[in-house]
Amino acid sequence: MRRTGGILLVGAAVVVAGILLASLRVNPYFYFAGYVILQYIVIATAWNILGGYAGYVNFGTPAFFALGAYTAVFLIQSVRPPLPVLILAGGLVSALLGLGIGYLTLRLRGVFFSIATLALSIVLQTMIVNWEFVGGSRGLSVIRPGGPPFGNYVTFLFTVMVLLAVVAVVTARFIERSWIGRGLAALRDNEEAAECMGVPTLRLKLFATTISGFLLGVAGAPFPYYVTFVDPNSAFSLDYAVNALAMPMIGGTTSWVGPVVGAVLLGTAQQLATVTISSEMNLFIVGVVLVAFVVLAPEGILGLVRRLRRR
Amino acid sequence: MPPALLEVESLTKRFGGFMALHEVTIHVQAGERFGLIGPNGSGKTTLINCVSGSLPIDGGHIRFEGREISALPPHRRTRLGIVRSFQIPKPFGSMTVLENLEIPLEYAAHERSDAADADAMEILRSIGLEGKAHLRPAGLTQIEMRKLELARAIAARPKLLISDEAMAGLSHAEVDDILAILFRLNERGITIIMIEHIMRAVMRFSERIVVLDAGERIAEGTPDEIVRHPGVEKAYLGE
Repeated sequence: MRRTGGILLVGAAVVVAGILLASLRVNPYFYFAGYVILQYIVIATAWNILGGYAGYVNFGTPAFFALGAYTAVFLIQSVRPPLPVLILAGGLVSALLGLGIGYLTLRLRGVFFSIATLALSIVLQTMIVNWEFVGGSRGLSVIRPGGPPFGNYVTFLFTVMVLLAVVAVVTARFIERSWIGRGLAALRDNEEAAECMGVPTLRLKLFATTISGFLLGVAGAPFPYYVTFVDPNSAFSLDYAVNALAMPMIGGTTSWVGPVVGAVLLGTAQQLATVTISSEMNLFIVGVVLVAFVVLAPEGILGLVRRLRRR
Repeated sequence: MPPALLEVESLTKRFGGFMALHEVTIHVQAGERFGLIGPNGSGKTTLINCVSGSLPIDGGHIRFEGREISALPPHRRTRLGIVRSFQIPKPFGSMTVLENLEIPLEYAAHERSDAADADAMEILRSIGLEGKAHLRPAGLTQIEMRKLELARAIAARPKLLISDEAMAGLSHAEVDDILAILFRLNERGITIIMIEHIMRAVMRFSERIVVLDAGERIAEGTPDEIVRHPGVEKAYLGE
């Protein structure tokens, strides 16, 4: 219990630090870039709850992220509720989708599950493209609400993302260290043996897909206010699918630290490359780094550190 | 006679057009050492998969302690006390040997995770694996892997332990080693179904044996009766 209190304290400290950072008023670009990196911490952490802990590789991250974003767009277009409502609604709708793909795991395992999630992303994008109310294929301009609680809207969103990242990481850490995390690890190692040892595998998988979906939707919900122009190509971008998988793989999938390390390193590298070289270099860097890690350090940076320590 | 611990009534299982089990009836009494034998492909493992819940059945009943269980998912049956080990060991590879045991202790026997640690060690000691507690399964030898498979099943606190070819491929001395473990478990009141091809082991261990051939029950009796049964010889060796 004391350790749980400790992590909540650390989380609160990070949020306060975020608010202080937001009030520094340095070059606005830093908040803009920082938002993207924080958003990737949420995405990578959410992906890892299903992909890392339970071993079900999800290629459909864009579907969940975009569903969160488009839930927000729909609500902004219709009733324009405050941001916390958008985030919660985006999370809940994506959680429902997560629950749905959870039932897919009854029949689909391994690579077949991954293919199904990829297809899901394409199906959902096609539906959004044909839905005029949320902008269809042309996309939609979103007007930010005036007067954020503090600072300007970008620094405000930056702070919100700090909070969401803390929530995601604390959730992942809690799951990992609880009986749920141990059960997920068992079913990742061998689903049949886990079930025969008393692990309710279906229920745990549904839990993992739902929580993972929720957090991915949460990451996507503030997106319309962040970019102010949402179109299917940006919301369903392949970047999300690749990064969501690459960041935990590079950091290490067995612990909550891995996705955070991966998101910070890869996210920062991508932002630097976008500014200094070209925006097209993004995925190139991810690809090269991912191949290098899969070949040389399949357990990610965490695995490397552990190996060095053991020596 | 009290009702049997496990009652399999007219169990039928088909894979498409192939009849894997046809109206098989088996009763296992509480505390019994029960042997299940038959040539390759006779349906032994299929029967176990149906009892443990890995396979849905196409007809008949499975009752445990008088309760119909054929619609329960495997993990619920494990919690009731039916625990099986796998023919090909299926350890949790990312965990240590000790952690492998903590999964059933926590999930099937509902022990608190802090108590599970000591109990897991106790089980490892009883089976002779305590020296390997902090190794990963990949670092175990073949016999140690079989012992881990058994230890993990014991950790689920079974009333009925189904041992699916726990001894295949082991040496003479190693077979005796595993047999001794199973005898000890039985003395503690655990009912055991042994599926085995090593006749020396089944004959010595079992109080009663059922023989399956091509999905049908062809014989039942004490080891002595089974050895003399004309149908059994025919099933194994042909006419």
